[in-house]
This record gives sequence, structure tokens and C-alpha cells, in this order.
Amino acid sequence: MKKILEVKHLKVSPIREPRKILVDDVSFDLYPGRTTCIVGESGSGKSLTALSIMKLLSSQLRQTGDIYFEGQNISILSNEDMRPFRGQSMAMIFQEPMTSLNPVLTVGDQIKEALSVHVDLDKNSLNKKVISLFKEVGIAADRMSSYPDELSGGQRQRIMIAMSIACEPLILIADEPTTALDVTVQAQILKLLSDLKEKRHMAMLFITHDFGVVEEIADDVIVMYQGHIVEKGSVKDVLKKPKHAYTKALLQCVPDAKGIKKLKPIQHRTFI
Amino acid sequence: MAKINKNEVLLEAKGLYKTYTQTSGFFVKKQRIIKALNNVSLSIKKGETLAIVGESGSGKSTLARCLLQLLSLDQGELFFKGKNLTTLDVEGKKYLKRHIQMVFQDPYASLNPRMKIAEILEEGLLIHDLGNRIVRDKKMRDMIKKVGLEVSDLNKYPHQFSGGQRQRIGIARALIVEPELVICDEPVSALDVSIQAQILLLLKELQKELGLSYLFISHDLRVVRHMADSIAVMHQGEIVEQGSIKGIYEKPKANYTRELLNAIPGNHFKFKVS
Repeated sequence: MKKILEVKHLKVSPIREPRKILVDDVSFDLYPGRTTCIVGESGSGKSLTALSIMKLLSSQLRQTGDIYFEGQNISILSNEDMRPFRGQSMAMIFQEPMTSLNPVLTVGDQIKEALSVHVDLDKNSLNKKVISLFKEVGIAADRMSSYPDELSGGQRQRIMIAMSIACEPLILIADEPTTALDVTVQAQILKLLSDLKEKRHMAMLFITHDFGVVEEIADDVIVMYQGHIVEKGSVKDVLKKPKHAYTKALLQCVPDAKGIKKLKPIQHRTFI
Repeated sequence: MAKINKNEVLLEAKGLYKTYTQTSGFFVKKQRIIKALNNVSLSIKKGETLAIVGESGSGKSTLARCLLQLLSLDQGELFFKGKNLTTLDVEGKKYLKRHIQMVFQDPYASLNPRMKIAEILEEGLLIHDLGNRIVRDKKMRDMIKKVGLEVSDLNKYPHQFSGGQRQRIGIARALIVEPELVICDEPVSALDVSIQAQILLLLKELQKELGLSYLFISHDLRVVRHMADSIAVMHQGEIVEQGSIKGIYEKPKANYTRELLNAIPGNHFKFKVS
């Protein structure tokens, strides 16, 4: 299978403290039509990894290593040259939809804005495009003139998804997109994302801390711990036959809904 | 280990009602009445854990606040150890309130940053007038060890602790006044999964040792499965189903319960939803 994205030896550290390494030697590939989950606890570097792919890290942090998008090294590009890649080649959804949306613009206008940055369309076809996007993410077209605060959390996240797929990206990066949502809404959003991924044959990088979500959505899994990748493989292998001691210990901490498994907390944190 | 008679009912709530009015609109005011609790009845036995499960807006936190008498009820009766809480005078309430304590969701927001851990723990003892200085000191030292921290931690401030450690302090604060019922409002939902497991096991150990009853509020059906003996499912202010943990997870009757169980990520259940 052809790789769409290749991350090689990615390293992130604060500019002021170059010795403190937040993401250390992370390498992985993304493939079209496949979902890769990065799973880890807070501080494991999973969100920093996602942000460095888009080159959206804070100016206090420096990233090194190479990132190839369809064979082109995008890690050496300037912010200006990076712009056409963001949105059109790869797009991102964040955890809390309310903080990603502008509260004083209607959601329809916000999607139009995202579109008009990358494609040149007249008013009429722009409208048509937004209506079809709304339909694709399962929101009634008359919601176009609503403001974000008039929508529920799940609807807002659907709007964010519509915005992210507006320019038909080849890679969708989702950073804990369902963490703030209720479980029934979470189930709907997960289904929507995997349907869209299938239909558009996108590569999806899905960041989560929840092994249940991993089981539901992932094809491949990357387990991160303190900035390192400790294990990667297919979802079946990692969840059913974990190799690394940390993955094994972490899986022991996850309660199952059938109540068969006994919880065993992690006692000593010396895995690396 | 405390001896407990498992069939003794500790807390009983009968027909609780609570409504909020929501005002919206800038020029033309519109009022909407929200039924946060709609004829809610439940009972908690001694030494048992009752879980309240529901999504946001289902009324589970309102229920906790009403049980603690932090919110007044519109209608309904509350009995704690056979005494009617809703008709008690201030002194009587204070006495009973000592026996109902709460552990909050966010360990970052629920500890006063200006108080040392010792002061946080001592406050409850002072309010309820439990022992002189020597007794209080001993109680604090015992309690901090019981929740897995060090005696030297008593002289620290909350910011010096991690999220899991703070939740341990929150538990110590609740337990130091020797309550019989502890209301845990989403006690682990802000924690990482490895820390979550530690706190859940700590709560279970303490329950065994001290004979506590828990009202465990959660949206996470996987956590509830491990913690509770019985469960009440709430939806839009009403209890749609309640029963033993085994019964509800294996043979859910209400449509909404099935939907909830099906929605647990990780393909555990596939119940028919009509």
C-alpha cells in the first residue's frame, strides 16, 4: 500500500530547554483509507505529535525530524509555504468544538470562510457546497444561519467535521474529538468519522486516551508513553496480544463493561 | 473491618421533584421550565454502592445536590437513617450532614489553593467539633495514610500534588468526619486511566474497611460496572430503570438503557433498540 504520510524521527523540545524532550524519535506512516490511533495518557506527547504534523506547534517549541507528504518533505517548508497543505491536504478537528468555533459568526459563514481560503467559488456554488457538506455530516441545511451557541455539543462537532472535510483533505487528524461528548453522541460521531473516512478514502490519525474508542475505530495503534512510541501494530495485536510492559499494564487499568476483568493499577512507573 | 447489616436502609428518597426556570431571549423574554428531577425515588442500603448513570442534563448532579441539601427540593421526602431530612431544624441537619459527605469531580477546583492539606482536613473536624487538638492531629495523620499519602504531605499545599493525589486528598477530606454515606460525583472522570484504576480500588478498599455506602454518579458505564451493586439510569430528570448491576447489564429493559449500553465504545453490547 502507498504511504500518504511518513513521519521520521520526529523530536519536539522547548527552545529554552533543549534537553527536555517532549516527543522523542517518533516515526510512523499513514495510509489512505486506514485509521491510526495514537493512544496514551496525558503528557505522553500524543497531541504534540499531531500538531507537529500540521506544523502548528507553539513558537516556544522546536520540532526536528522529517515529515513526508506524498513524498514531499513538508517539515522544511516555511509557514507561508505550509499554508496550502493545511486544510487542503490535511485537516484537523480538536477536542472542544466551542473553543474552535467563532461565537459571533454563523456556522454556515464559518464553513464558507474555510472554503474560500482555498477554492475560488462564486456565492451560489459556495452556498450549494455548504448545503451538501451539512447533509454529509447529518445536519439540517436550515442550521446554516445558526450561531455556535444555539447548537448542541454533538452538532458543533459535526460542524467542525464539515469544516475540516470542506476542502477534501487526504488526511484527517482528530485530536480527542469525542472526549467532551456524551456516550451516545460519541458513538454517533465515531460512526460519522469512520463512514467519511471510508467514503472519501482518507487517512485518519485519531488521538485518544480511551481504549474503548481505539477498539471501535482503529486499524492500527500507536501507544505512546512519556514522548516515546512504546508499541505499534494492528489493533488486534496491540489490544489482544500487547508486547510492551506499559501497554500490558495500561490495559489492566481499563475497566470493561462486562465486569469480568479485575482492575490492577500501575504501581511503579519505570517502563523506559 | 466494620460489621454491617446489609439490609439496613441508610438513605431513602421518595418522589423528589425539582424544576428550574430558564429565561432566554434579549427583548422578548421566554421562560422554559426544566424538570431536573421528576418523581425520583431511590434507596441506598448500608455498605452498598448505588450508581446513578446518565448523560449530561439528565439530572444526576442535581440529585446529588438535593440529597446533600445544597439545593432545596420542590417536593418530596428524604429519610436518612429513618429521620426525615426535609423537616429537620438547622442543628439536626448539621448533625446528619456530617454523615453525608461528598467527593467532587475536579480535584483541581475543589481544594482551596491557599490552605495546607492539614487545614483542609481539619476544617471538617472543627465544624463538627470532633475532638481536641491531639485527637484531630491523630485523625488527620491516620486518614492521610489511609488514602495512600505521607504524613509529611499534611504541610503541603494543593498545587504540590498531581491530579490523582489531589483526588486522594478530596477523599480524605470527605472521610475524616466519619460519614456513613459518601456521594461521589464523577470522582475519576478527570483522571488518566492508570490513575483512575488506583482511585477506584482505593474507594473500594475504604468501603470494605469502614463500611461506607456510596452514591456513585458517573457517565462511564465501564467504571460503574466495577464499582456498583445496584444502578439507577436517569434520563431527562426521571429514573428510567433501576435494579441490580447484573440484571441491568445483562437484561436491560428500558430502551434508553439499551441505547446507553450499545454506545459504550469497544463493541461490548448489541441490544435491540426499538
